[in-house]
Amino acid sequence: MAGKVITITSGKGGVGKTTATANLAVALAMREQRVVAIDADIGLRNLDVMMGLENRIVYDLVDVVEGRCRLRQALVRDKRLPELFLLPAAQTRDKTAVSPEDMVRVCDELRQSFDYLIIDSPAGIEQGFRNAVAPADEVIIVTNPEIAAVRDADRVIGLLEAEEKGPIRLIINRLKPEMVRRGDMLTSEDVLELLAIELIGIVPEDETVITAANTGRPVALSDDSLAGRAFHNIARRLLGEEVPFAPLREPGLLERLRDWFGRKEGEP
Amino acid sequence: MDRGELVIKGIRQGLLITLGEGSWEDQLAQLERRLSQGATFFRGGRAALDVGDRRLGPAEIDQVCELLARYEVELWALLSPRDETALAAARKGLAVTLAQKEPEAPPLDEPVGALVVRRTLRSGQRIHHSGDVVVLGDVHAGAEIVAGGHVVVWGKLHGTVHAGAMGDEEAVVCALDLAPTQLRIAGYLARSPEERQSRPVPEVARVRDGKIEAVPWHQR
Repeated sequence: MAGKVITITSGKGGVGKTTATANLAVALAMREQRVVAIDADIGLRNLDVMMGLENRIVYDLVDVVEGRCRLRQALVRDKRLPELFLLPAAQTRDKTAVSPEDMVRVCDELRQSFDYLIIDSPAGIEQGFRNAVAPADEVIIVTNPEIAAVRDADRVIGLLEAEEKGPIRLIINRLKPEMVRRGDMLTSEDVLELLAIELIGIVPEDETVITAANTGRPVALSDDSLAGRAFHNIARRLLGEEVPFAPLREPGLLERLRDWFGRKEGEP
Repeated sequence: MDRGELVIKGIRQGLLITLGEGSWEDQLAQLERRLSQGATFFRGGRAALDVGDRRLGPAEIDQVCELLARYEVELWALLSPRDETALAAARKGLAVTLAQKEPEAPPLDEPVGALVVRRTLRSGQRIHHSGDVVVLGDVHAGAEIVAGGHVVVWGKLHGTVHAGAMGDEEAVVCALDLAPTQLRIAGYLARSPEERQSRPVPEVARVRDGKIEAVPWHQR
């Protein structure tokens, strides 16, 4: 068997790459996939914190690359999901500690024992980004419905297309349906028209994501948040399921009544 | 030295790229690899390409021009002992010898070579060409086209465009949806109106009475 490498990147910082990585890794692991989340943001690691695994790190990616430990030793097993592992970044080094060739080599080894390798790319288009995309079989671009984020996403897509990396798919993160309705925010259609790539998911703005990040408990672990459900839908689409894109808000009273009577519409 | 290997060296007129033996695709792949490794070194350079005895048509020449243009390298000459290849190069407005003087000037009624870009240009991508530029795709905001001649975009033009960049005030810019961040023709500059048209129509922009004017295509 050979696992699939999916790199999560964005160009702009702060759009939700790490959140997306943690939640997709969780959602895939909850679907019986063997998953390793790889933090490629060397020097500014966050993925361990969001996954609540910071205090279990012994070795990291740079230790592996520089031969101070075996790959197996650096993998941190998730405390909730036995099929989920983290390969942490080093915090005390920088992007130059790893080369694209190193990443390809490490991922080729991990492919043997995992179904999915989800790489959290750093922001920017410099070496850290190059490292993160070098081993990718698939790329997911995360953007927010804001012009600056979309412009940076476009730049990154152009760079990936020039290298014939792909398929490239898009997550629109932190969409606020209320603002869209008022005409104060780009709609998902606007973003798709600007970027002209395939959509794999829309994640609504959701305060529970912030709490989740602080407590190291990704929202996808439970089924009671809109964002968590959105990430599960993305995981299902990654696994090849057809999941319809649907309205992005809590169902109103009428809709809930209708659900009671057995008519269930698709969810985000 | 490996005879399949592509060689790049500096000459008085810029770079000389000599293709090795092996398939065209393989040589292009090698060229791309070399360009990407030294992207900052090559940027803004001029190159002559020695293709040996290969038979190339306009499509292949466009392909290599486009590849070089992606790394901001301008192809000015294409060398081949083969007549068909040299002819195709001359038709594109490329020199076919390294001699400083212009080769036999193309007949006046024959247009200078156009660069056809068969893809969408995204933010940060830049096309620089001394002739006309035709884009079969969109030009996103943040992308840039600089052309010596006309610019035709069969798609949305939202980026920055400069036609007649060497001073040709007769140059025009046409697009199915003409909404550039900034549009320049020769020494003139214009910006798109702030409010977007609800239903874009094909337009052509040209210099008239000392300023740039865009009119719907059917009202020519």
